[in-house]
Amino acid sequence: MTTPATSALAPGQPVSPSVSLSVAQGRDIRRNGLEWFVFMLLRGAILIVAAALAVIVGFLVKNGISAISWEFLTEAPKNYMTEGGVWPCIVGTLLLSLGAMAVAVPLGVSSAIYLHEYARPGTLMRIIRLGVNNLAGVPSVVFGLFGLGLFVTVLKLGVSLAAGWLTLGVLCLPVVIGTAEEALRNVPATYREASLALGGTKWQTIWRVVLPSALPGILTGTILGVGRAAGETAAIMFTAAVFYTPKMPSSIFSDVMALPYHIYVLATAGTEIEKTRPIQYGTSLVLIALVLGMNLAAILLRAWLQKRHAH
Amino acid sequence: MHRRTKEALIKQVFLGTAITSLAVLALIMIFLFMEGLPTFSFVSVKGFLTGMDWYPTDEARPDYGVLPLIGASGAVTVLSSILAIPLGVMSAVYLAEIANPRVRAVAKPVIEMLASLPSVVIGFFGMVVMAPFLQDFMGIEVGLNLFNASLMLAFMSVPTIASVSEDAIYAVPRELKEASLALGATHLETLLRVTIPAALSGIGTAVILGMSRAIGETMVVLMVAGGAAVLPTSLFDPVRPMPASIAAEMAEAPFRSNHYHALFAIAMVLFLVTLGFNILADYISHKHRQVGSASL
Repeated sequence: MTTPATSALAPGQPVSPSVSLSVAQGRDIRRNGLEWFVFMLLRGAILIVAAALAVIVGFLVKNGISAISWEFLTEAPKNYMTEGGVWPCIVGTLLLSLGAMAVAVPLGVSSAIYLHEYARPGTLMRIIRLGVNNLAGVPSVVFGLFGLGLFVTVLKLGVSLAAGWLTLGVLCLPVVIGTAEEALRNVPATYREASLALGGTKWQTIWRVVLPSALPGILTGTILGVGRAAGETAAIMFTAAVFYTPKMPSSIFSDVMALPYHIYVLATAGTEIEKTRPIQYGTSLVLIALVLGMNLAAILLRAWLQKRHAH
Repeated sequence: MHRRTKEALIKQVFLGTAITSLAVLALIMIFLFMEGLPTFSFVSVKGFLTGMDWYPTDEARPDYGVLPLIGASGAVTVLSSILAIPLGVMSAVYLAEIANPRVRAVAKPVIEMLASLPSVVIGFFGMVVMAPFLQDFMGIEVGLNLFNASLMLAFMSVPTIASVSEDAIYAVPRELKEASLALGATHLETLLRVTIPAALSGIGTAVILGMSRAIGETMVVLMVAGGAAVLPTSLFDPVRPMPASIAAEMAEAPFRSNHYHALFAIAMVLFLVTLGFNILADYISHKHRQVGSASL
């Protein structure tokens, strides 16, 4: 948006006292000076936010990069986790987050289809939305306790991949619903009308026309969900993850190691906190590379989609 | 099957899945209450909420007072909000109203990336960078404290506040701003007197959601807050907010022991507080939603 008022004078231009100015002009300069100052403050705020990201990521890259090697990525921890690599944690985190999406995507996408394609505005829709919004606000440690109570204890899954999938799956549900709904919103109404006009039923329209067209958007949401699930710690610490396990997971009832929990354990609970510092940095770097990589992929995919829609 | 019956059936299936979220929310509540309410057979509700001593593992005389934990949660949430609200709202105003499209295209992903940083990584950063920094440069004995935890939490709630506020500011009808500019107001005056007031309910929602995120955040307070279950008297006291207590103690609490039930009761408190925050956010965003430009 252009600002007509600022065009008359360059913002922040110093005022020479010797020049006599009319009252109105003087006020204009004060206004412009103030405006310039406030806009600088606002710009400063966004720079602080960007700097925070840069400092955190930069620090982890600087300290973590020396720990990363082929062995670090492909070997198991050795010698009471003071040496060796993080391969079991990488496998565990990938299994957990992909499995969580296998739970969350079908449920989330069909919820979004109901909310966007079927539901009429009214009390029921309002209650369902309130449920989704509140689920999104539940603290992750509460999800952890819920998973411990229901999946681990009552359903007798034990501390296992399966319990972790279900816990992380419901945790990611609101993210998936939100992005899937947005994807459905971006499908032009004319597509639906054309299909219905050709005699397609509502279901045929959704299945053959709306969903294929919304698929890339839904994929974006799924990628974001994987990133969210991969970084989650509190929800898996009672349901799926363990300090250390010598075996790779062999079934859905196996417990696993995971990158975020590994960082937490090494940084706080180990007996050799200082000695394992390089491993902690390395593991953090692997985790943020995974999570930020997922997010970057989702952002690029979305940008590409917007470009496609614009044509 | 008759075509119409099939269609009706499909709709019911979708309705069923849409109710899942609601059902999960209800189940969470049921489980928390089922495991948490037995706490009040060995400690009164008043004793639990206002007790000053949290010694759940004391063999002779365990104490289950969670006021220090509630106070700590309150303190980190308020302090992190003081840092995060100005930053988040100012970033949002800049992105929605001032930044040119090229800056926007870079800055928005930056905020999303900050939002996606795993909390355990931010906690780790607080432990290994911020804590020694505070100790060295400010001469504080313990670097893991209320202030450090609040600072790290602020990083986590800024993205929430910024993105929700930005949507609200962006949604302010163009005519309102044009009318103000046409009357001779400057860009800044329009922003302060027209755009921000019109978006205020959205900004309020953003602030509440950001605070709700801070109060429920676990890993950061678990790793950075210091862990002492006493009410803080200074900015640099170590504290033990509710999520930290649950996460730290759950693993060692024997199944269905008093300690286990007490931890579920803390989770109950935490859940009810965040639920309250979220319902409040939802209420504000519906009640005061700007509909067109007529209602201003």
